[in-house]
Amino acid sequence: MYKLFLRSLISVLFLLGFSLNANAEFKVGFVYVGPTGDHGWTYQHHEGRNAVEALGIKTTYVESVPEGADAERVIRQLAQSGHDLIFTTSFGYMDPTNKVAKDFPNVKFEHATGYKREHSNVSTYSARFYEGRTLLGHMAGKMTKTNTIGYIASFPIPEVIRGINAMTLAAQKVNPDIKTKIVWVFTWYDPGKESEAAQALIDQGADIIMQHTDSTAPVQVAEKAGVWSFGQASDMQRFAPKSILTSIIDDWAPYYVERSIAARDGTWKQQDTWHGLKEGMVAMAPYNSAMGSDLIKEVEQLQKDLASGKAHSFTGPIYDQKGNILVAEGSVADDGMLAGMNVYVKGVEGDIPQ
Amino acid sequence: MSFDLNFIGILIGAIMASSVPLILAASGELITERSGVLNLGVEGMMIIGAISGFALMVVTDNLFFAVVGSMLSGLIISLIFGLLTQSLLTNHVATGLALTIFGIGMSAMIGKNFVGIPGKEFPLLFLNLKESIPFLGPIFFGHTIILYFAFVLPFLTNYFLKKTKTGLIIRAVGDSPTSASNQGINVTLVRYCCILYGGAMCGLAGAYLSLIYTPQWIENMTGGRGWIALALVVFATWSPIKVLIGALIFGGITILQLHMQAVGLRIPVQLLSALPYIMTIIVLVVISRDSRKIKLNTPTSLGQIFYKEK
Repeated sequence: MYKLFLRSLISVLFLLGFSLNANAEFKVGFVYVGPTGDHGWTYQHHEGRNAVEALGIKTTYVESVPEGADAERVIRQLAQSGHDLIFTTSFGYMDPTNKVAKDFPNVKFEHATGYKREHSNVSTYSARFYEGRTLLGHMAGKMTKTNTIGYIASFPIPEVIRGINAMTLAAQKVNPDIKTKIVWVFTWYDPGKESEAAQALIDQGADIIMQHTDSTAPVQVAEKAGVWSFGQASDMQRFAPKSILTSIIDDWAPYYVERSIAARDGTWKQQDTWHGLKEGMVAMAPYNSAMGSDLIKEVEQLQKDLASGKAHSFTGPIYDQKGNILVAEGSVADDGMLAGMNVYVKGVEGDIPQ
Repeated sequence: MSFDLNFIGILIGAIMASSVPLILAASGELITERSGVLNLGVEGMMIIGAISGFALMVVTDNLFFAVVGSMLSGLIISLIFGLLTQSLLTNHVATGLALTIFGIGMSAMIGKNFVGIPGKEFPLLFLNLKESIPFLGPIFFGHTIILYFAFVLPFLTNYFLKKTKTGLIIRAVGDSPTSASNQGINVTLVRYCCILYGGAMCGLAGAYLSLIYTPQWIENMTGGRGWIALALVVFATWSPIKVLIGALIFGGITILQLHMQAVGLRIPVQLLSALPYIMTIIVLVVISRDSRKIKLNTPTSLGQIFYKEK
């Protein structure tokens, strides 16, 4: 009897604590697909969270959440425990985010890299990483001796295919003989697999290694083998000080700060954000001086032109692998086409896995 | 794909390097299982070995200490498993699973301070021979000492189990702990030793990943290799030599499928990715068809709790 009483007392206190908490201060939640220590994708989202925290706003994060049934449970848990704004930072969280948003109309949701906004409390945001890929392609085309670029790809979704195409188009422009070899690893984060893929590409003659996966393993393999590489999502320079040419950096901090303040002050509205070099959501790490000052100047100019809109990553004429025209001469691909891109451009080897 | 001999040599070298952690962990687990103990904590012990090895490398700047330390930490963590299953008589399966979960969490916690530190160069032996002899050079030379150890280990294990008295005792304990106990063998002590040895080998396998294969600390960097090692032991029907063959096939197809992709072969990538698992199972099942031999090698009391009759 006494035990039962104690137990119910504890649960009542617990529930009380919960509901008090729920009514308390403004809180922001983050869901990450990898560990905060990946030094890539999740690391950068975590940096964004730190910027929000620095404003004095309370934040919570859950790391290494698989893109499956677990995701919905975690997002729901955050919504239930009194978070007012929740950032879900991976493509695979798209459906779970919308599902939970339906049940919590007073909580605001921000989903990264997705396109579904089924409820008025869901916004989406992404970065134009492909602009960075265009710069990498330019450098790769100029720096390769074997005319072979090795590309470690994660999942066949438009974002990844867009990156492969943007890079290949830019490389072809400066070096028509270029070949892009692709290995799909079907993971965002598996250092062992990523380094095996990098090694295989190098053994196949690639002297440039590029990755659309999140760990630093590929740049380290490249450093050891003495071939050039590019960092992904954050500055990976210290893992390959000699051979890394630059890294594409995702800078989420300004966006996270802006949206958190808006949600706190009640001015948050649903929107779809797609920012690039211009707004600074995509930034480039310092260029490796081994490229030579002429090439660095060229790349910096191209970076400026992409930011100002003078240049575009997908400028026609662009053909698919079979030679059909995708973008006519003199025009550029529109955002709708970019968002749904699911074919390779001419010059990429192999098929897209279905 | 270019088919010159030297390229094939390099390929075989890469395959050997990728199979080392599987050979080490599976050889260790094999001894543990032959004594009748099923330790599903391989992944957990490996990841603890990986972080301990890396942390010690950073702190002491000495690779020898790092390697020895990783083995010791694998040993210590397996001691927890030993205490629970042998002295407190808990269920092997549940305890092993808990050990894996504990290891992954613990390593992530210790590892927080070691993220983002580049690793140290591990010395490669006979590097000049590797470059001067075509084909055979990249296969036999230019590897780390741990790789050579891993490739000798299955043969040593085989000899140890078949030809030495201690090996016989371990097998006796695994086959019939009651009879062994009646013969005056201290079953619990033998099993403790086998568990600790398995832990040390798993620790070394983890250190191979964090010190040599991808020289850095990354959370969850074992990526399921512990589970593959466990499966290898079973599919190799507890034979050390077959463990070696299985590990080479698994490593080999993992590397080859990446090459096939890079060449742009028009085979569905999902099928290619599944190939290492399928092929390893098929080959091991085919080469272990002899049911008499399977019976001979299978530790009959595997996973059963041993109660000493008083």
